Amino acid sequence: MAINFRPEELENVRAHAARDYPSECCGILLGHADGESKEVSEVVPLRNLRHDPGRAQELLPVEDPSRESERNRFLIDPQDQLRVEKDSRQRGLDVLGYYHSHPDHPARPSNYDREHAWPWYSYVILSVERAEAKDVTSWVLSNDRSRFEQEDLKMR
Amino acid sequence: MAVKVVIPTPLRQYTGKKDSVEIDARTVGEALAGLTSQFGDLRKHLFNEEGNLRSFVNVYVNDEDIRFLQKSQTPVNENDVISIVPSIAGGFSIRCICT
Ligand SMILES: [Zn+2]
Repeated sequence: MAINFRPEELENVRAHAARDYPSECCGILLGHADGESKEVSEVVPLRNLRHDPGRAQELLPVEDPSRESERNRFLIDPQDQLRVEKDSRQRGLDVLGYYHSHPDHPARPSNYDREHAWPWYSYVILSVERAEAKDVTSWVLSNDRSRFEQEDLKMR
Repeated sequence: MAVKVVIPTPLRQYTGKKDSVEIDARTVGEALAGLTSQFGDLRKHLFNEEGNLRSFVNVYVNDEDIRFLQKSQTPVNENDVISIVPSIAGGFSIRCICT
């Protein structure tokens, strides 16, 4: 599998990750999938709902709110997803996956990421060190959910 | 009464690539039961072993989250649209957030 970006789209993602440091950022990747590859044609930055612990807890509770916040957790508001999905469907675009950042942590998926992942989607992860976006990687959940497989992330 | 159920991209591999399915149902629960009896492989992605909707799955009727309506008892009418919205969450290992 591979996911292909236009340079300016990937730049937007990196800028979002840097801007939201030291919090985790998140957003949607839209475009077309054909068999073995995904072509991203648009990225939509979204709000990390963990900034609103009350509502986030209602939707997807964390075990320990004192240690799990927007600094090390992200949650996308399903209402935002619904809005973006509706709008993109009308324009013939599909949701290909999501991106999020790991402030001061490597661009590798955590167990928490895996437990919450869905099959098929691409999960793009950025490491951010001192407000600067560093590595960008992309991952797809294996069919048995046991691990993430890294996929090629390319520029077109 | 037919309602439309919108299928998110990761689950279309279980619905023969369909992005939406029409189901005869009077409630959200009936619609999801109809959907998973038609496409059996969908079941484990939507329901847990006790047969309840998984907490990672959000279901909307038009623009309303069924958590804040009558959950699976939420009535649906002709031309309503049920959307399955996967929960998207993540993060890295727990650490002390002292600052
Ligand atoms: Zn993560």
